[in-house]
Amino acid sequence: MALSTSSAITLNINGEKHTLPVDHRTTLLDALREHLDLTGTKKGCDQGQCGACTVLIDGRRAVSCLQLAIASEGRVITTIEGVADGERLHPVQQAFLDLDGYQCGYCTPGQICSAIAMIEEHAAGWPSAATADVRPEAGAPPLTADEIRERMSGNLCRCGAYVSIVQAVAQAAEAEAAQTPTTARQFSGPSGPGDLAHPAGTTDAEMTA
Amino acid sequence: MREFGYQRVFDVPGAVARLGADPDARYLGGGTNLVDLMKAGVERPALLIDVRELPLDGIETTDDGGLRIGATVTNSDLAAHPEVRRRYPALAQAVLAGASGQLRNMATVGGNLLQRTRCGYFADLAKPCNKRVPGSGCPAIEGEHHNHAILGASEHCVAIHPSDMGVALAAFDAVISYETADGPGELPLAEFYLPVGDTPHLETALPSGALITGVTLPPTPVAAVSRYRKVRERASYAFAIGSIAAALDVQDGVVREVRLALGAVASRPWRAQEAERVLTGGPASADAFAAAADAELAAAKTLPHNGYKVTLMRNLVVAMLTELTEEAAR
Ligand SMILES: Cc1cc2nc3c(=O)[nH]c(=O)nc-3n(C[C@H](O)[C@H](O)[C@H](O)COP(=O)(O)OP(=O)(O)OC[C@H]3O[C@@H](n4cnc5c(N)ncnc54)[C@H](O)[C@@H]3O)c2cc1C
Ligand code: SF4
Ligand code: FES
Ligand code: FES
Repeated sequence: MALSTSSAITLNINGEKHTLPVDHRTTLLDALREHLDLTGTKKGCDQGQCGACTVLIDGRRAVSCLQLAIASEGRVITTIEGVADGERLHPVQQAFLDLDGYQCGYCTPGQICSAIAMIEEHAAGWPSAATADVRPEAGAPPLTADEIRERMSGNLCRCGAYVSIVQAVAQAAEAEAAQTPTTARQFSGPSGPGDLAHPAGTTDAEMTA
Repeated sequence: MREFGYQRVFDVPGAVARLGADPDARYLGGGTNLVDLMKAGVERPALLIDVRELPLDGIETTDDGGLRIGATVTNSDLAAHPEVRRRYPALAQAVLAGASGQLRNMATVGGNLLQRTRCGYFADLAKPCNKRVPGSGCPAIEGEHHNHAILGASEHCVAIHPSDMGVALAAFDAVISYETADGPGELPLAEFYLPVGDTPHLETALPSGALITGVTLPPTPVAAVSRYRKVRERASYAFAIGSIAAALDVQDGVVREVRLALGAVASRPWRAQEAERVLTGGPASADAFAAAADAELAAAKTLPHNGYKVTLMRNLVVAMLTELTEEAAR
């Protein structure tokens, strides 16, 4: 029996189900841009090296150019088109506008998706390579400019708008922290708590070992 | 890219049965290396078996106080896990030093161990490469090799293994568990990667068709005082040109136990056993650290453009052990 090399798949994108036929070679990035006309997600390198294609998968940031469309079935996908709340921009979008976190704008959808998830990773207590002491007892590091630069290093900006990108991310993170009581902060996807798959050790509070 | 079939598997026996039935099949983890290499035409599977739904995504404490890490645990979850950060901080640091936030969310432990070299000739179908096409030659030796091996290489291949995670696993005596159609098996990390010799295309001792199911870390009290440091050509989001995982137990100025593993110097994460031997039981002094580094690096063979790695690794060993000695004194 010849093995099928294409399938009809259903993708859950920005709260809507889309059924489409795909050749298995299709990446999620190409499915979004070429099949579903969701061109907000950009293609830079197509090799995982620039972050322009960043989307949220089950609430976590991922590069859609190395993610096969067929492997994305059953997962909750959010693209830049889906981060605003109707007419109200996402706080990260608003901060990029307020602080000019871009020049040409090509990397911006990826930067914004990445920053949204990064702020949640930080709020969940995840350390980074810029964190001096990764032991849980040391607590979550403050989101300094160094921390932001390291955590956002997967998003390149050919225009070099990094200075204002870092400021925009810092402002958005502060605004979100002010809204959420620190004790009850849960790692949640863009459409609310419970959006995210919860594998081992996402927060210290969930520690079972 | 060659056309391929795709199948999700939900249990381990089903996965190994499916792959065993098709020599052209590959397991798909996060796809961050495999999909990239398929685009380049280096990998040409006829079938992908997606392992992400297997029940191998947990991290548990073992009965003897070690840690058992499932093969599909993402690099992000591994680095965020409180017990990893508390008991094996160098492992959390090593994972966090690799790739980007996006890629770590996708990449799995099994895929990280089996990621291929970043040698540019390996990924370029227009060039010969013994690792990709056995017997075709190794252009890196006469060509671009500034980030190639100084230890354990051969005249057939001088590529390095790019994993950061693997360096910390080597320092902590990790054991890799796998499953084949004939049942389960285990390989210590020290025996997991094969010597290069004249078969650089054969990279691991895994039996054909084996699914990696997990990695076990034995209880390692010395790992509580451990660190990972990575040197690269930009501050972040780049592969190492040299790295080190180290753990140290010093008492009254004497080295009671030490763990050292070096990255980006060989075809596998390089456990610096000779340096460990020289250090153990001796003084924790800068001179002793330098002597240990020299003992390990005495076997180094350099090419015209990678000799800097000997100095780099020597300095890394001395700096890291000095810092850990200071930390232990606090
Ligand atoms: C831009 C970029 C930068 C990077 N930087 C770094 C870095 O600085 N440091 C670093 O260490 N790494 C880095 N990486 C590599 C990254 O860590 C690896 O690509 C990743 O860990 C591979 O995991 P995966 O799950 O995506 O593997 P996949 O791509 O899915 O698979 C890789 C290989 O493993 C096999 N495989 C997967 N799972 C199993 C299993 N359970 N059993 C048996 N076989 C299996 C696959 O068949 C394939 O051959 C980088 C990658 C990119 C794209
Ligand atoms: S170093 Fe190894 S991978 Fe690179 S060209 Fe030579 S044989 Fe190929
Ligand atoms: S287009 Fe995906 S990372 Fe560059
Ligand atoms: S704004 Fe132009 S690439 Fe970032």
